[in-house]
Amino acid sequence: MKKKIVLHFSKAIWDKPIIYRLIKKFDLVVNIQKANVLPKQESFMVLELDGDNGVITKGLDFLIECGVRIDPIEQRIKRDEDRCTHCGACTAICPTGSLYIKDRSTMEVVFDSQLCSGCELCVPVCPPHAMEIHIY
Amino acid sequence: MGKYQVEKSIAEINEKIKSGKAVVVTAEEMVKIVKSEGEVKAAKKVDVVTTGTFGPMCSSGAIFNFGHSTPKIKASKVLMNDVPAYAGLAAVDVFLGVAESTFDDPLNKIYPGKFSYGGGHVIEDLVAGKEIELVTEAYGTDCYPHKGFKKSMRLEDFPYAMLTNPRNAYQNYNVGVNLGDKTIYTYMGVLRPKLQNANYSSAGVLAPLFNDPYFKTIGLGTRIFLGGGVGYVTWYGTQHNPKPVRGDKGVPSVPAGTLSVMGELKGMSPKYLVGLSLLGYGCSMAVGLGIPIPILNEEMAHHTSIADEEIIAQIVDYSEDYPQATGKVLGTTNYAALKSGTIVLDGKEIQTVPLSSFVKAREIAELLKGWIEKGDFLLTESQVLLPSEK
Ligand code: SF4
Ligand code: SF4
Repeated sequence: MKKKIVLHFSKAIWDKPIIYRLIKKFDLVVNIQKANVLPKQESFMVLELDGDNGVITKGLDFLIECGVRIDPIEQRIKRDEDRCTHCGACTAICPTGSLYIKDRSTMEVVFDSQLCSGCELCVPVCPPHAMEIHIY
Repeated sequence: MGKYQVEKSIAEINEKIKSGKAVVVTAEEMVKIVKSEGEVKAAKKVDVVTTGTFGPMCSSGAIFNFGHSTPKIKASKVLMNDVPAYAGLAAVDVFLGVAESTFDDPLNKIYPGKFSYGGGHVIEDLVAGKEIELVTEAYGTDCYPHKGFKKSMRLEDFPYAMLTNPRNAYQNYNVGVNLGDKTIYTYMGVLRPKLQNANYSSAGVLAPLFNDPYFKTIGLGTRIFLGGGVGYVTWYGTQHNPKPVRGDKGVPSVPAGTLSVMGELKGMSPKYLVGLSLLGYGCSMAVGLGIPIPILNEEMAHHTSIADEEIIAQIVDYSEDYPQATGKVLGTTNYAALKSGTIVLDGKEIQTVPLSSFVKAREIAELLKGWIEKGDFLLTESQVLLPSEK
């Protein structure tokens, strides 16, 4: 199973070899998708973890023990409401039903971020680029 | 006594518009009015019906004159924000097409291609007031010696900027499905395998050319809402089919009539000209277009009373039949069914997906209605009507 997360490192732990230990200890396949790690500063990293579900959970516990704050990526998909034209193209692919037409008389396309899994499929599919991945 | 019980001229309607007495309704509202009052009464009451559509229209672009440099230039290669514009026109004239990608776009080499930026995006950026970079290259002549320059420009810096779309407002279109066993990326959007979704692209009841299916009022010189500003119908568009298979009220059940339109880019809005990236297909632009239909007689009331359930569209497979031009049609449906969220084909329920925005189409019909009610927008008489047959 694959899981995507955002890791936040405080000033105190930015230089610890945490990712190295995560890989060694848990034998997870780790894919760093984005990182902003600067000396003695708040840093972040977007990771994709691949491995057994139970092992991933243990790995996440380890990260928390190390003082890393973890955000699930699914909270990071946002819609730029000004750019959304309510065309509906995204409703073809959104697997969780987060993007859907609620009211068939207005034909407005609703984005329910509560249902969003962060799969990112909508990002390249949305023709006017209204769906964005937000990483802080 | 004429052919009709109600007879109005465009000049008479314009007089009413000027005195603020014209009755203007949207094509959606007209359906109800005709239903409750009948065609003759509706024609007496209503002067203008407004329509609207907003969707990807790949056959769009703009003609620019970017003004002369010192020394003068005859540009042979031109990039606008890295998007090639066609420079085979006079010295400093170019045509920028919305389906053109940046010169270094990987296209579909990394499939499905993202097509992040293209001509439509340049046009949107310009109408949004942003600066773009113009790069020109020339071979140099005795009268135009300059070999090229680079310059930042805003829309107001162009002496001439004309949205010039050779095919817009398609009168009806296919409903796209995928019979194959892998996802396909088309100009009809993403089509998931084995009939998982059916994509359509028309505003249905509000679509301009469903409301005047025989082009009785729309023709050369018809003033329209275009891209948030004012434009004109200049002639029929590419692939215009004057004699399609027709259903209720003369409305074609296949892709049929098209319009060629133009209008000053200055005065248009990024809300109604939106650069698009169609995954795996290419760049495009969503164009907002609305046409006022004068209710000259009860026949026009009849045509503008067309409702979603009366408009038929054909379902076509885009995995094999469309690309291989087999001409096969899997079945038909109507716009009421398409807008309901599911259609049924061969006993299978399929999710429907719109590609053109009904929200924006409605916004456009309402905006145009407001302009006419306020007397800001007068109707023009078409100088030559477009080819159309029963
Ligand atoms: S595809 Fe993009 S623009 Fe269209 S409805 Fe979905 S989020 Fe909005
Ligand atoms: S990220 Fe995935 S689940 Fe979330 S809205 Fe986009 S397509 Fe739907």
